[in-house]
Amino acid sequence: MKRDYDIVIVGAGPAGSMTAKWAAKNGARVLMIEKRQEIGSPVRCGEGISRAWHDSVGLKLDKKSLAWEVKGAKLVAPNGTPFYLGEKMAGDEVGIVIDRVFFDKQLAREAIKAGADLQLKASATKLIKEGSKVVGVHVNSMDGPRDISCGCVVAADGFESQVGRWAGIDTSLAPRDITTCFQYRLTNIDIEHEYCEFVLGSKAPGGYIWIFPKNEDTANVGIGMQFTKLHEIADVKKHLDKFIQGDPRLRKGKPLELVSGAVSICAPIEKTIGDGVILVGDAARQIDPITGGGISNSCKSGKVAGEVLAKATQENDFSEKSLMRYENGWRNLIENQLYRNWLAKEKLVTLPDETFDKVIATLNDVGVEKMSTLAILKAIGDKYPELVKEFQEFL
Amino acid sequence: MKKDQLDEFEVNIDKCMHCGACVGSCPQNAIYLREVVLEFNDSCTLCKRCIKACPVGAIKLVESA
Repeated sequence: MKRDYDIVIVGAGPAGSMTAKWAAKNGARVLMIEKRQEIGSPVRCGEGISRAWHDSVGLKLDKKSLAWEVKGAKLVAPNGTPFYLGEKMAGDEVGIVIDRVFFDKQLAREAIKAGADLQLKASATKLIKEGSKVVGVHVNSMDGPRDISCGCVVAADGFESQVGRWAGIDTSLAPRDITTCFQYRLTNIDIEHEYCEFVLGSKAPGGYIWIFPKNEDTANVGIGMQFTKLHEIADVKKHLDKFIQGDPRLRKGKPLELVSGAVSICAPIEKTIGDGVILVGDAARQIDPITGGGISNSCKSGKVAGEVLAKATQENDFSEKSLMRYENGWRNLIENQLYRNWLAKEKLVTLPDETFDKVIATLNDVGVEKMSTLAILKAIGDKYPELVKEFQEFL
Repeated sequence: MKKDQLDEFEVNIDKCMHCGACVGSCPQNAIYLREVVLEFNDSCTLCKRCIKACPVGAIKLVESA
């Protein structure tokens, strides 16, 4: 019996759309299902990204996806001392602030143009299996409930991913590997709109506060805190509110948007494939454990996933062995960096404010060649080898 | 501890942002986010991680008398 689709992708965020685009472009029959009624909304993202990786995944941001360009990053020590990573060294980590409402639609549009189908307000409720092999997915939508048969289901269902767990892949997180977040899009504020700002230390225990400008007087002002550092109910929002009230630039601001969510800050997980199933993006725990950023890794892994799935379609082989090409492919691209940044995160969350103050002072003394987490970690390691000794081999 | 039928999680819909922070933090995969409604199933062990993970404090456990 002919299957309904070669590939069904659950979730039409960046990882899902990227997978869909590269699979469809290379001949697979692809359906994306998205539980929400609109692609990209509501936003659950700080929206600051870098540019360096765009060419490698064939991404050209359209005008609406690009909200704001910044000169660089500003790291702020707990004692208030800033360290500026300027435009001369701009590149790898921070450079632009996007508009996810448009960005996600752009990626979905490109997937559709490549030949993928998309259904909105369609939720996966369970996997259909033959033995341990995934052969389809049960979907609830406006058309009513139905079974969709396919060669491979792609779990691109984000932090709260269920598809991987249904398939028997362990994506559960230890408390220390979870960051919960809250963000306001604040307007009527008086910020340095040419920089993406990161506030370090105990204002955001185990995480950081970010101020990512969307225009001259508006920014995404958010906080991420490590789960194990949460004590009171709604602690994360309380910490952000306290920070905003204590900052004269932000105090008079009013929110245009509220965002909450969580991200994984774990080491790369053991397995992201099974017979007839692959995990991609946040669902595959591919978030950078230091920055909490997931878009670049989602796009990189999504492209690999799409290309592998197109080949698997041609060969009509969606076995775990066939999908190993994805497992190996994404790990070759980002696994080392994820692991290094997880080790670095494990260290950073233990540092007292005085150490962050010293580190920022050092960075101001020695400078940093490139705007990347790696360059910053290297500069720290030169002065304070004990801070990087657990992951020295990755620097 | 196993979830007792008398214990119920209560989600404050005035606070809940439907963000899924509790869903992904749950070690048992016991919470399902159906559009804008959270459903807890029987595999819940009352570990209360969801309560802590909720960025806005929308979840509370109503203890049985």
